[in-house]
Amino acid sequence: MSVKQISIFLENKTGRLDEMTDVLSKNNINMRAVSLAETDGFGIVRIIVDDPYGATTVLKDAGYINKLTSVVIVEVPNVPGGLNKVLKVFTEAGINLEYIYALSAGKEPQKAYMIFRVSDHKTAEAALTRAGIRVLTQDDIVEL
Amino acid sequence: MERYFQEEIECASEETIREMQNKKLVEQVKHVWDNVPYYRKKMEEKGVTPDDIKSVDDLHKLPFLSKYDLRDSYPYGLLGVPKKDVVRIHSTSGTTGKRVVAYYTQGDLDLWEECCARAIVAAGGSNEDVVQVSYGYGLFTGGMGLHGGSQKVGCMTVPASSGNTERQIMFIRDLNATIICCTPSYAAYLGESMREMGLTPDDIPLKAGIFGAEAWSEEMRRDIQNTLGIKAYDIYGLTELSGPGVAFECCEQNGMHINEDHFIAEIIDPDTEEVLPDGTQGELVFTAIDKKAFPMLRYRTRDICTLTRGKCSCGRTFVKMAKPKGRTDDMLIIRGVNVFPSQIETVLLEHGYQANYQIIVGRENNTDTLDVHVEMTPEMFTDDIKEINKRQADLVKGMLSMLGIKAKVTLVAPKSITRSEGKAVRVIDNRKI
Repeated sequence: MSVKQISIFLENKTGRLDEMTDVLSKNNINMRAVSLAETDGFGIVRIIVDDPYGATTVLKDAGYINKLTSVVIVEVPNVPGGLNKVLKVFTEAGINLEYIYALSAGKEPQKAYMIFRVSDHKTAEAALTRAGIRVLTQDDIVEL
Repeated sequence: MERYFQEEIECASEETIREMQNKKLVEQVKHVWDNVPYYRKKMEEKGVTPDDIKSVDDLHKLPFLSKYDLRDSYPYGLLGVPKKDVVRIHSTSGTTGKRVVAYYTQGDLDLWEECCARAIVAAGGSNEDVVQVSYGYGLFTGGMGLHGGSQKVGCMTVPASSGNTERQIMFIRDLNATIICCTPSYAAYLGESMREMGLTPDDIPLKAGIFGAEAWSEEMRRDIQNTLGIKAYDIYGLTELSGPGVAFECCEQNGMHINEDHFIAEIIDPDTEEVLPDGTQGELVFTAIDKKAFPMLRYRTRDICTLTRGKCSCGRTFVKMAKPKGRTDDMLIIRGVNVFPSQIETVLLEHGYQANYQIIVGRENNTDTLDVHVEMTPEMFTDDIKEINKRQADLVKGMLSMLGIKAKVTLVAPKSITRSEGKAVRVIDNRKI
């Protein structure tokens, strides 16, 4: 059920993110979510798109090193405590989070969507489903 | 079975070669004395005349030539024949100062091409082969040298020159090229490009490659052999001495046979200039004994290596030179420690990176800084920053144990470091002392 995220290697230099997103723009690829993790010399840009396999090909052709990684995307009520409720499920299930970021708003303003990179996918998804929290599929992303 | 281009010379006894060298050296010294006033003056300053040189044993009496002499005598100071007898020139890239211009008579070109032909046959070439020459053509010696050698062997020669990688690969596949000649870094780049195109070694007909004009490590050889599915042979030369082909590798792939019927090799201590015995590491010095237009006597190459004598299993008797460890002027002194780029390359390949790197030396607060830029590869990239940082730290540790000093490692985007189609810029020294 997991969704594929694209992680892209970028040098930590002026204009690099601009150049990379320009490639996506020219190929008419919409980013549904983006996050940037930066270190001393380089950064990793993580994006969610409708067609991850198509997008990796476009990026590879443009010379960008990238990898597909699995993430869990869940629907969160856009109210105080909404995210906290999801996090409690993870804690109880003993799931460790590597990083989280948010998806751009969908059609329904009362709902938010959070992206989690977790230590154990299967357990995480099972716990979320048990707790009645909606976990999104790749197809859901397109529909949002 | 080993094959030779000129068996009677390549496998001649040491005595035969020595006699040939004695005779040619005496003639060459007379030729230079009579025709190159610049060198005659150097001999006079040292109190040597052609009469003092009766055999190779007297070679040590002659003065050295260095790149400074080439600079001082530019452009015509070392020309040994009337200009009307010169049929071609070649020139170095001039990265370490003034360009060197070397001159050739038709005879000089013939002997140079024969040297290259020996290298091609030693790499398994015959008139059945298609040789793609992907060295740059033009002033650089690589392209035209191997081109001439290939024609002498009778190979179908593809003068592809450097660049346009997709076309290179197309020619290799369409024309069934079996041997490729280029710089080792370009060979590695071709391998990378083929892999990106989804090609495996089975998809390309190449069986051997002759790679030179740059220092490269054994790890890089393994890498190239695996990605291209070939045997990779080293070839050595300098524009000052004609170009590639001064020495070449045989089936043993463990050192290059020096074409001793044309070049006498010595190893000296670069500081004291004293001649060292075979097997000792030192600076390589060459005397070209039958090149007439640009007759180099005791030319200091700045290459650090060793010589090994004794009949090789390939049947050749020519002395073997080890892969140069580096050039005395490639050698960097960083925080008082001698660092060769080839050492850094070895560490990178050992840790799973490619040999695409650049060394940047600087100075901060009166201390040298060493920054190694390394291109990220698809294999070494992961979404996990901790893992990338760990690999980076391992690299720093590996360099520390290889070099004895700490380097900073910066990971850069793929193909962001300029690729050599001639030669790679491996070192940028920003120190202003």
